[in-house]
Amino acid sequence: MSLPEGVQRRTFDGEERLATRGEPAYGEPTDGEWRLWDAGRSKLGAMLELGMDTGLAGGETVLYLGAAAGTTVSHVADFAGPTYAVEFAPRPTRDLLDVAEPRGNLFPLLKDARTPRTYAHVVEPVDVLVQDVATRGQARVANLNRQFLREDGRLLLALKARSEDVTTAPEETFEAALADLEYEVLATERLEPYHEDHLAVVARPNSG
Amino acid sequence: MSDEEGWFAGGTDPETAARRVREGSADRPRDWPALAVEGGFAADESEYYALLHEATLAATRAAVREREAADDKQLVHAVRAMDDADRVANELAERVAEWAGARYGESGGGVGFAREVAAREPADPGEERLVALATRVAELADEAETLRGHVERTAPGVAPNLSALAGPVLAARLIALAGGLKELARKPSGTVQLLGAEDALFTHLRGQAPSPKHGVIFTHDYVRGTAPEDRGSAARALAGKLAIAARVDHYSGERRPELDRQLDERIARIRARTDGAAGPDTGDGGGSS
Repeated sequence: MSLPEGVQRRTFDGEERLATRGEPAYGEPTDGEWRLWDAGRSKLGAMLELGMDTGLAGGETVLYLGAAAGTTVSHVADFAGPTYAVEFAPRPTRDLLDVAEPRGNLFPLLKDARTPRTYAHVVEPVDVLVQDVATRGQARVANLNRQFLREDGRLLLALKARSEDVTTAPEETFEAALADLEYEVLATERLEPYHEDHLAVVARPNSG
Repeated sequence: MSDEEGWFAGGTDPETAARRVREGSADRPRDWPALAVEGGFAADESEYYALLHEATLAATRAAVREREAADDKQLVHAVRAMDDADRVANELAERVAEWAGARYGESGGGVGFAREVAAREPADPGEERLVALATRVAELADEAETLRGHVERTAPGVAPNLSALAGPVLAARLIALAGGLKELARKPSGTVQLLGAEDALFTHLRGQAPSPKHGVIFTHDYVRGTAPEDRGSAARALAGKLAIAARVDHYSGERRPELDRQLDERIARIRARTDGAAGPDTGDGGGSS
C-alpha cells in the first residue's frame, strides 16, 4: 500500500520507520528535515505502518478529533492541507498549542467533540475525519461529526475497547460500536502490536 | 450573529475573531474559506488561513487558561471539603466516645472507636441514637477518604510539578491557602513557607513569640523528617522549590522532573550537616540556587 505524499520510510537506528517533514514537535528523532513518526505512539501511524488502505494521498483537508498533545496531528499537518485539531482537555491542549504555533495549516480548538455546533462555525467540510477520542460512545461521536465529511470523504477511526466497557471482551465492544456506526465500513484491523485492544476502522459516509 | 455565519462574520481583528472562535456556533459546517473571501474578509485563501491560524491560537490559548483556572478552584473546594469532613468526623467521634463511655463504661477514642460503636446492635431508643450518630461519623470519615482519593487524582492535572514535589494533598492545601494556583504562583517563597502559619506569624509580629519556621509545609517529610535544628533550612529550601514549581505549573504547565532532583539534592546537603558529614553547603541563605 502506498504512503501518502509527504510520508516516507526513512532509516532511524538501522530500522525503516515512518517519517514526515516538519518542525520537530516533541523531542522525536530526526533525519535532516524528516522526523520519526512512531507507530507505537500514534494510531494513525500504526494504520499506515500496517499497510491499511486509508485513502490518504496527501494535501487533504482534515478534521482531527481527540488531538491530545498533538503528537499525531503534528505529523498529519506535515503532509495534509488545512488541519483542524479538536481536543477537550486543557492540559494536553497546551502542548497542542506549541505544536500548532509553527504550523500555519494546523488550527487548534479546545472543544468537545460531542457538540459539533461549537466548532461548525470554524471548521469547513473536510476530506478526512480522524477520530481518536477516549470517551464512551465513540461511534456516536463519529456519527455526530459525519456532517463535516464530504460525500467522498473518509473516516479513519481508532476504536478503543477500554473506553467503552472494561468488563466486556474487546471483540464484543468493537462489534457493538461498528453496529452503531452510521458509515459504510471499508476495512477494519486490530492495531497490535503497536496498540493493544484498539480497532482501526476505515469508513465512508453512507448515502442514506 | 446568526447560526449561518462563520467565525469571521463580526470582523477579523484579532480580539473579536478569537472571541467568536471561542463563543460562536453554527448549525452546520459551510465552505468558510470561500465565504470569507467572497465577503471580503480575506483577500484570498492563504490570507484566510493565516487569519484563522492566529484566531484559533489566541482563542485556544485563552480558553485553556480559563478552563485550568476553573479546575484549580474545583480542587480548592475538594481539599477544603476533605479537611472539613475530617475535622467534623473527629469532633463527632469525641461526642460518640463520651456518650459511649457513659453508657457502656468502656471507652475508646477517635473514628476507629466510633466504627466499633456503629457496629453494635442497639437495644433501646437511646442506644439507637448513639449507634446512628456513630454510623454518621464512620460515613463522614469514609467520605473524607474518598475526597482524599479525588484530590490525589486531580491535583497532578492542575499542578503537575507542585504535586510531584509536595505530594498531591499538600499541593492542593497550598493552592487552597493561597486562594488559587495563580495566586500561589505570585507569592514569594517566604510566604509559601509560612502559608497556614498566619496565627503564629501575627503572634510573633506582636512580639509575643519567636518567628514561625513553617506553615502547612511542616507535613512534608523533608521538613518533619529533618532534625529540629535544621528544620528552618529545610523548610526554606522546600518552600523555595515549591514556589518555583507553582510558577512553572501556572505559566507553562510542563512537567520538569529536574525540580525534584534539585530539591532532593538540596535536602540531602542540609541533612548531611547534622549527620556530621558536612557538605559544601553555603548555609541557610537563599533557599534555592
